[in-house]
Amino acid sequence: MNIVVSIKQVPGTTKVAINPATNTLIRAGVEAIINPFDMYAIEEAIRLREKFGGKVTCITMGPPQAEEALKSAIAMGADEGILVSDRAFAGSDTLATSYTLAMGIKKLGQFDIILTGKQAMDGDTAQVGPGIAQWLDIPFIAWVKKIEDVKKDAKTIRVERMMDDGYEVLEGPLPILLSVVKEINEPRTESLRGKMKAKSFKATVYSAKDIEADPDFIGLRGSPTIVNRVFVPVRSGKKELVEGATVEEKVSKVVASLRESKLVN
Amino acid sequence: MAIRVITEKCVGCKLCIPTCAQGAISFVDKKAVIDVIKCNYCGACIDACKKFKAILIEIDRKVSDQDLSLYKGIWVYAEQRNGEMASVVYELLGEGRKLAEQLGEELSAVLLGDGVTCQAEDLIQHGADNVYVVDNPKLKDFQDDTYAMAMAELCEEYKPNIVLTGATAIGRSFIPKVAVILETGLTADCTQLGIDDYTKLLLQTRPAFGGNLMATITCTNFRPQMSTVRHKVFKKASKDVSRKGKIFTKVLADDLLKSRTKLIEFVKEMESTVNLSEADIIVSGGRGLGEAKNFALVRELAELINGAVGASRAAVDAGWIPYSHQVGQTGKTVCPKLYIACGISGSIQHMAGMQSSETIIAINKDPNAPIFEIATYGIVGDLFEVIPAMISAIKNR
Ligand SMILES: Cc1cc2nc3c(=O)[nH]c(=O)nc-3n(C[C@H](O)[C@H](O)[C@H](O)COP(=O)(O)OP(=O)(O)OC[C@H]3O[C@@H](n4cnc5c(N)ncnc54)[C@H](O)[C@@H]3O)c2cc1C
Ligand SMILES: Nc1ncnc2c1ncn2[C@@H]1O[C@H](COP(=O)(O)O)[C@@H](O)[C@H]1O
Repeated sequence: MNIVVSIKQVPGTTKVAINPATNTLIRAGVEAIINPFDMYAIEEAIRLREKFGGKVTCITMGPPQAEEALKSAIAMGADEGILVSDRAFAGSDTLATSYTLAMGIKKLGQFDIILTGKQAMDGDTAQVGPGIAQWLDIPFIAWVKKIEDVKKDAKTIRVERMMDDGYEVLEGPLPILLSVVKEINEPRTESLRGKMKAKSFKATVYSAKDIEADPDFIGLRGSPTIVNRVFVPVRSGKKELVEGATVEEKVSKVVASLRESKLVN
Repeated sequence: MAIRVITEKCVGCKLCIPTCAQGAISFVDKKAVIDVIKCNYCGACIDACKKFKAILIEIDRKVSDQDLSLYKGIWVYAEQRNGEMASVVYELLGEGRKLAEQLGEELSAVLLGDGVTCQAEDLIQHGADNVYVVDNPKLKDFQDDTYAMAMAELCEEYKPNIVLTGATAIGRSFIPKVAVILETGLTADCTQLGIDDYTKLLLQTRPAFGGNLMATITCTNFRPQMSTVRHKVFKKASKDVSRKGKIFTKVLADDLLKSRTKLIEFVKEMESTVNLSEADIIVSGGRGLGEAKNFALVRELAELINGAVGASRAAVDAGWIPYSHQVGQTGKTVCPKLYIACGISGSIQHMAGMQSSETIIAINKDPNAPIFEIATYGIVGDLFEVIPAMISAIKNR
């Protein structure tokens, strides 16, 4: 079974600074990690391979240093890593990113399951996964919290999809793209053998030309959304500690205000 | 092609205004604003602003071959499951009405499902001028394939200017596919919407980086302009039973409505009867509770005030409560009228999921806990004293 995992390198913290001139993030000095949600996707892919055999290939789109993310994935147990990287991809929004990754995956060739994280920790959009599926015209199931069963020969899969009030059990054909949530597993740590392998690992790099990308669909040019303004939100809270000599006094003040605003009876 | 003013660099000198032959530059809040519809990208203003470099042309933007003027009206996706309308739909109708009035365009709802036509009237009474319905047994269960196809078909035929969808499990699953089919932009999880006075573009504001940054995004050159919108940020539209509107029933060819995935069963899974994402009141517990059994205290308070029970990741990781109750960046984003945080320190990741709550009460024994920074009412104290005191104060009125 060929499993492709789409992973993104993100800053290791959400405390970020922006360059006001360019509206871009200042990434220097911030440690980069694999998007935490994508760790579950890598883990699930490795488990599928352990059960059914085959190969786990991680793919990422990003600058040259995103190779580090692939290295970590190799150290966890992935077999191969593809870095889709080209200056022409700069400024991509989710439409352009999903197109680019879809073209990268097409070049890779045969696959049975594509896994993505639920969303990226920096952009929080959750749009790239379904986007890739649409560009590739394969079925998509979001928020997968469990892969119940894969029938390798019949080429079908049965999964559980988290909804706001419970979960649905769904069945679909392979190939398919699934976005996974935290509940699906507990990612393993890097193994010693994996780390050794990662040391000598060199990512295969795909350029815009390699994936035969249409210049109208990549990078800033292929991105319909335009970021006009980035700003730090003003906190709504008043940072007021309730005064009072006793707990009862403080509590009665708060409860009185809650009654006034009809939040409690 | 795109042109923009870097607000932070604009000093408000107005030197650029007279250089614009198109009359595309105006001043708002002492900053230059460029009407991208009038602008012909001649670059004269950029010359005038050499000193401050506050105007930027991004030449390398693809321009649509769509006739943008054909795209009219605000659409709201009326998400329903098993005949039950998602509450965010009424919020979108309320906000959509405002946008429609600002633009002088109509507000429409899109209803997809099986046996759903009867719900169209309700949408009209909540402010829709038109309802587009695809009522088909093939749409009985939500599936990405069929719903995305039906929605894209309607958009291609009726050409809406703006499409708003709730940022729900369903909305965030299939709308990105619709945006790809239509090859247009989609802004995720917006918390603020507006219309630019000059360009008439939809200003879509959303949090990124777990709420530490906000970004305002436009979809300048393509239509429809699409957003998913977080629930509980906009007021629900009020109901007017006398409102009249038009219902358009659309029949789609069977081969368009083919789903490759299928539903086997739905398993309801909620500890309390209140859905966290939709609750008006949430009482959350964190590591400060000390152990699993102390969640009873949080539950008691929640039940008393008709609230749902939430938790920090530390409490979930400790196994005190299931993951479905986790609030925060890796849990649920909530926006209730009242959020009570008990024994939660207020990590960035937790606050990302609850900081837009209307009223926040924080109970923590550490006066320096970050949660107090965003609290409307901060109570410094031991939760084992504060919560019982609160329960009795609410009971004895
Ligand atoms: C990638 C990533 C994603 C994450 N996602 C989330 C997420 O979605 N949601 C989330 O919540 N966290 C998330 N976290 C974890 C987050 O960083 C914190 O670890 C977590 O929120 C801490 O939970 P807490 O506030 O309950 O615990 P603590 O930080 O340990 O705080 C406990 C608080 O209780 C107070 N306290 C103790 N005893 C009492 C008492 N008797 N009375 C009153 N107060 C008391 C203490 O003063 C302290 O402030 C994430 C972390 C990472 C790295
Ligand atoms: N640049 C990228 N390279 C590889 N995968 C990505 C990239 N961006 C997003 N993804 C995948 O898409 C998922 C959703 O990301 P997003 O839509 O940005 O929230 C992530 O969890 C990744 O699996």
